[in-house]
Amino acid sequence: MELRKSYFADERKDDLNELGQGRPRSDAPGHVTGRTAFFADRTFPGLLHLKMVRSPHHHARIVSIDTSEAEKHPGVARVLTARDVPHNLYTVLILIQVGPEDEHVLAEDKVRWKGEAVVAVLADSERAAQEAAAKVKVEYEVLAPVLDIESALAPGAPVVNEYHGQNYYMYDSGECRKVRFGDVEAGFAEADHILEQTYWSSPIEHAPTETTGCIVVPEGSGRFTCYTNTQAMFFTLDNASIILQMEGSKLHLVGGTVGGGFGGKVDVTTEPVAILAAKLTGRPVAFIYSREEEMQVSSPRAAEKIVLRDGVMNDGRIVARKVTGYTDAGAYSRHSPYGAQKGAGHYPGPYTIPNVWIDTYCVYTNRTPSSAMRGFGVTIADFALEVQMDKLARLIGMDPLEFRFINAYRDGDIKAHRQPTEGAALIECMQEASRLAGWPVADRFYALSSHPREA
Amino acid sequence: MAIRRGRGVAAINYPTGMNLGGDPTQALVHSTPTGNFMVTLSSVDLGQGMKQIMAQICAETIGVPTDRVTVDTADTDTGPHCMGTFASRGTHRAGNAVIQAAKEARQVMLEVAAEELEVNADDLETDGQGNVVVKGAPQKSISIFDVALSAHFKRGRSISGRGMFLIPRSYPEKETGAMKPSTCYAHACTVAEVEVDDETGEVTVLDVKNVFEIGRALNPKMVEQQLVGGSWMGISHALYETTEPYYPNRDHGGTDFGEYVMPGPGDLAKTEIVVLERPSGDGPYGAKGPGEMCANPQIPAVANAIFDAVGVRVDTLPITPERILRAIREQRAA
Repeated sequence: MELRKSYFADERKDDLNELGQGRPRSDAPGHVTGRTAFFADRTFPGLLHLKMVRSPHHHARIVSIDTSEAEKHPGVARVLTARDVPHNLYTVLILIQVGPEDEHVLAEDKVRWKGEAVVAVLADSERAAQEAAAKVKVEYEVLAPVLDIESALAPGAPVVNEYHGQNYYMYDSGECRKVRFGDVEAGFAEADHILEQTYWSSPIEHAPTETTGCIVVPEGSGRFTCYTNTQAMFFTLDNASIILQMEGSKLHLVGGTVGGGFGGKVDVTTEPVAILAAKLTGRPVAFIYSREEEMQVSSPRAAEKIVLRDGVMNDGRIVARKVTGYTDAGAYSRHSPYGAQKGAGHYPGPYTIPNVWIDTYCVYTNRTPSSAMRGFGVTIADFALEVQMDKLARLIGMDPLEFRFINAYRDGDIKAHRQPTEGAALIECMQEASRLAGWPVADRFYALSSHPREA
Repeated sequence: MAIRRGRGVAAINYPTGMNLGGDPTQALVHSTPTGNFMVTLSSVDLGQGMKQIMAQICAETIGVPTDRVTVDTADTDTGPHCMGTFASRGTHRAGNAVIQAAKEARQVMLEVAAEELEVNADDLETDGQGNVVVKGAPQKSISIFDVALSAHFKRGRSISGRGMFLIPRSYPEKETGAMKPSTCYAHACTVAEVEVDDETGEVTVLDVKNVFEIGRALNPKMVEQQLVGGSWMGISHALYETTEPYYPNRDHGGTDFGEYVMPGPGDLAKTEIVVLERPSGDGPYGAKGPGEMCANPQIPAVANAIFDAVGVRVDTLPITPERILRAIREQRAA
């Protein structure tokens, strides 16, 4: 890595002492010698292991649950169902008033995705818990699933999640988050060329080294210590407090170094039920995802569908951009309504376009709920935007890098969501990339800067 | 049938933080009796080095060496509120909170030192080596060790500070979408070079050149590890990873690291990183949040390079050999 100090030198005072230095990380020796403690390194006498009975169906009504054989299995301490959870209906963003509550901690009447938690089994060993989980009998009436964005939005589609009532999140702005800037139809009318393209992505797993989980210890004080690898301590504590209808003061969450998060540990999936189990059994409880659960049960990055329609002039100016983005949230909201909205705030990318129309939808399907992942709302948007930029440049016979210089945003430019651009550096990044990669552009582009345009 | 080479570019920006829900982080700083400093937070270190960078920020602000600072974090009994480690917000939000807390602690430290030295606190500065010195007269000084002892045992002062950083919630306007979804933006431009085997559809990423603008590189070594790791993740997203290879079909999903396809060491490209620094107005010492954005530009750059190589567009991620081959066959049939 090289720091190229010649750019923005007049905006920077290189007067730092402790910062700006490539100091070794204090935790690195622990990591490379195996001495860093992770939450699961702890052991406690009488520890119970929690294994989840999960839905084998994408969409089904629960007719009956019979846990009697599982309860008799040697080593089993307790079996939990929805009835044991004080406030079983939750949604994580309720803390910032983004509702409605739409997901059950343990399924009640229905399952809405293959892998949904139905019954929790607690036993002396992981093996006993696994064996007992296999003895839980759940009778289902299978329902027609909705597995993709288009069939979810088709008229007459089965409703995935009754708490929403329709297969998309209802924003205060309606069926999607909207951004309107300029007059997009006038822009298209003026354009020399129009290009409309559709982009898709599949779900992606965070694939952390350390799987999601926690260990909960009931303390003599009546409090519960929860050793967890959550990415957000109070977010988890506050959600657990709501779900368990337990004073927050009863909860003590202890984190530490996490073995990789990437957004996958922002959901609140293991702590509430593990704390409940510790409360009901009076014993320490470990609930740690298997690798298979991490891969197929924990929330992935959402699949997305993005339709971009651009109007471009022969001289390289983009005069109109219309974006319709769909986030496949799976069966429940989790963080997806926020992710879709974040996309609305990101388009049309780092370019100044006078006429912009953005609709972003958060769509429900009978799939593993998606949620936060490194860059959600933006990563797949950037894939679509930047491939589209390449196509547009080729459409008008222009070098793809030069085409980006023509449209790059600069300080003072008003973005589609009506914020002035500040601290822009796209142009300088492209100038340096041009030099670094030996990809020359016309001299006039090396003379540009991100500073405000001349009036 | 041939191995074909291509090159692609992509340029992006990326917001710091999640402003659409209110975005707070708090920090506390206090000194021990012998002049070491504790930073107390509830932010989580995900392995990216959060604790290290918070120690450096505190040390810079108070004016002591970093090894005099210890960070206690991720404990809800001791640490004040942090929204969490996500949305590229850790360094920016917690860093700002630590600066505010450290400034307050520094002020008390200077006041106690002023009483000991019988000078005005405004005339004092730190030498960065563990001493408080009189400006322009460095021979007149007191060690921070002695300042802390005095505060604790003689003067009855708490060398401590409270820090709070809050970006107030932004509510998008319903009809226009006017909103302030984040604070400062990081930037990147990536040029990727690939080879595509037009017989098998296999892609080899030969070379990835990334230019990142991240405000300030507070610890360049740690910045490098994050940017290089992100660049690899971008390649992985472009070409390999998905839990559902035939989405929306739910079959064939990997259940372990054997089945879930990610690049191995042999699949990673030669990676070059250049960092530009345009300090952000609201970041700690000018820093922005590069954590997420560094994995984004490689995806379209690789996609565009594949088109440059074989003349087909695969507009669905990941861009697998199967998809490339089907696109090539479709193109030849047309």
